[in-house]
Amino acid sequence: MAYKTIIEDDIDILVVGAGLGGTGAAWEARFWGQDKKIIIAEKANIDRSGAVAQGLYAINCYMGTRWGENNPEDHVRYARIDLMGMVREDLAFDMARHVDSTVHQFEEWGLPIMKNPKTGTYLREGRWQIMIHGESYKPIVAEAAKKSADKVYNRICVTHLLMDDAKENRIAGAVGFNVRTGNYHVFKSKTVICGAGGASNIFKPRSTGEGMGRTWYAPWSSGSAYGLMIEAGAKMTQMENRIVLARFKDGYGPVGAYFLHLKTYTQNGMGEEYESNWFPELQKMVGKEYLDPEASHLTHRPIPTCLRNHALINEVNAGRGPIHMVTMPAFQDPHLEEVGWENFLGMTVGQAVLWAATDVDPKNENPELTTSEPYVMGSHATGCGGWCSGPEDVSPPEYFWGYNRMMTIEGLFGAGDAVGGTPHAFSSGSFTEGRLAAKAACKYIDDGKGEGITVSDEQIDRRKEEIYKPLVHYKTYRNEIVAGDVNPHYINPSQGHDRLQKLMDEYCAGVTVNYMTNEKLLNIGLKKLRIMEEDLEKLAAKDLHELLRAWELKHRHRTSECVTQHTLFRKETRWPGYYYRGDHMKLDDDNWHVLTVSRRDPETGEYTMEKAPLYHLVGDEEK
Amino acid sequence: MPTFVYMTKCDGCGHCVDICPSDIMHIDPTYRRAYNIEPNMCWECYSCVKACPQDAIDVRGYADFAPLGHSVRVKRDEEKGTIAWKIKFRNGEEKNFLSPITTKPWGTAIPQLADAPGPSQELRDSQLLYSEPEFLRMDDGDLHTLESNGLTLKEGVYY
Repeated sequence: MAYKTIIEDDIDILVVGAGLGGTGAAWEARFWGQDKKIIIAEKANIDRSGAVAQGLYAINCYMGTRWGENNPEDHVRYARIDLMGMVREDLAFDMARHVDSTVHQFEEWGLPIMKNPKTGTYLREGRWQIMIHGESYKPIVAEAAKKSADKVYNRICVTHLLMDDAKENRIAGAVGFNVRTGNYHVFKSKTVICGAGGASNIFKPRSTGEGMGRTWYAPWSSGSAYGLMIEAGAKMTQMENRIVLARFKDGYGPVGAYFLHLKTYTQNGMGEEYESNWFPELQKMVGKEYLDPEASHLTHRPIPTCLRNHALINEVNAGRGPIHMVTMPAFQDPHLEEVGWENFLGMTVGQAVLWAATDVDPKNENPELTTSEPYVMGSHATGCGGWCSGPEDVSPPEYFWGYNRMMTIEGLFGAGDAVGGTPHAFSSGSFTEGRLAAKAACKYIDDGKGEGITVSDEQIDRRKEEIYKPLVHYKTYRNEIVAGDVNPHYINPSQGHDRLQKLMDEYCAGVTVNYMTNEKLLNIGLKKLRIMEEDLEKLAAKDLHELLRAWELKHRHRTSECVTQHTLFRKETRWPGYYYRGDHMKLDDDNWHVLTVSRRDPETGEYTMEKAPLYHLVGDEEK
Repeated sequence: MPTFVYMTKCDGCGHCVDICPSDIMHIDPTYRRAYNIEPNMCWECYSCVKACPQDAIDVRGYADFAPLGHSVRVKRDEEKGTIAWKIKFRNGEEKNFLSPITTKPWGTAIPQLADAPGPSQELRDSQLLYSEPEFLRMDDGDLHTLESNGLTLKEGVYY
């Protein structure tokens, strides 16, 4: 291959992936590291990359402490309730106590935040959500990141993290290739802040034609944060905690504003309320502590999202579908109608297109809802991700090893989906996590912890050969066949992707099996994933675009393996409505009120699983 | 709705290629105009539609579930700071929406942190981030801590 090797040396902070987490990191790093070399590597174009590329119509994490609305610990309790107890509460508290300063900064930068005309406060959609005109949310935060970074490398697909050859378990940068030129890029860096995003499309989606692109989370979310970190030997947490979304059918348009602001509600195909019918049986599975409709009614304690999914799924299975969102009353109000449509245009245009195509006007008919395929991520209402240190003034010893948001690899930090155990961070929380990671990374460098990193030529050459192997493989075997994509020596990325989605769906609790799995199925899934890994060595890419897809597939595959290992380890059904362990259908606090932590040994590929203690924020009155 | 490109409008400038988050807008080597090479990896995010100076890119709803005969068009104007949408239903009905995209002239409101006064050692040793504590509450309130909020982190089962 005639591609050049381009080495960027002496980097202090390398941001891998510039979505909301990465842009927050790059922006903040300049303040704490005024003379430091800050570099961004992004696989798309930073102006429209990551999960917020399309825009957002709400910021889902804002405390409003300045108006006495909430304190950080209120948000932590909310996340704890929603995730059935499983939250890194030190990280969640830390994010929540800083997030308002991020949002206030966004307003300064020109992000249009809607105001309550009576009080002058931000217009609330719900207790935690504020409404914005966020079509340009991403270009605005990208501008901030560009102002701070020494250089932004767009269209670099980062494939591997580099490890220090001088000191074990220390980061030394990252490598990848330019999706346009094909050049090999080596970034030698004292620290890496990983913001490479969560995973869509690892489970077979409900739509498998063109509509496969209409995923809930962006189709370019290739689980690269996980693929990169697992491959490097970082510990991961809560990877079993995939999320299933109840959304408008086919378009997966968001429902938050509909439920919270427009006060729409759901009913079954007969026009009946159905949720409460499922709660008595469900209460037997999870216990009264986690589901108590009466107490919820009296105290406004939210019903966990997974349990509401459970009711929806079961109602449909009982033959009383489809589930409808009752929009007609709300949409008679022209203002609410406008909010309903702009909500889609601001973040899920595809839902508006679908309703235009099918003549669905929610003013005249109630649209259908469905539950999505599962997604693996850590910034929305779930907490998959890396096992990282918390802040020194909050974290207990098991959660603290020196630097905030540093993974179990020295010098490797994370933000957004990369950080595990911090659900409900959303866009503002992810940006905030990036800021926290950046400050900590600067401290790590100032403490001299990144001195003397060494990257051997052997490591650089080995990775280079690995990266381009799919191109070489294609060239070698392509002409053995006449034409087409059927070849006994290779599969292409799209064929591999189909295989991954099918096996994850069928063995690891996807949508076609009603989110159900058990130990036997998971073990078969792991076996198939191992065999698939052998075939991934025979991936063929006919051009650079396919090479990008090849590496996205490898990251998705590694993520899937970790998800399956975690799902096998946790022998209970903690989140009915997200997935079910058919062999352990009950929630089991005696044995599983813990966080799950895994490490894949990069040498052997073996996983070690452990339970980590759960600490909860307890107020004075509860002690 | 995957995107598609009108032959007579596209001049092959490549703005869409440059912006597409999914790397699926490419230039066709024969016609030297852009097209969507992988419609099933298109999120309908409209990044390319908004970026196209020729209004050459449009969207046709996903064939799996969206019947033909609809359109959702957009005009994003950075100078005016607005975005305008026109939705046309299959049955001919139309809806129009206009929203702000920014409250400040582009690129003017974000400071260069390299020019900001550097942080003191005290600030470095604290838990505060840039612009804090001022920006936390926009008054003289300080950062929350476990102590200030009367909290402890305790191991065990709490709901």
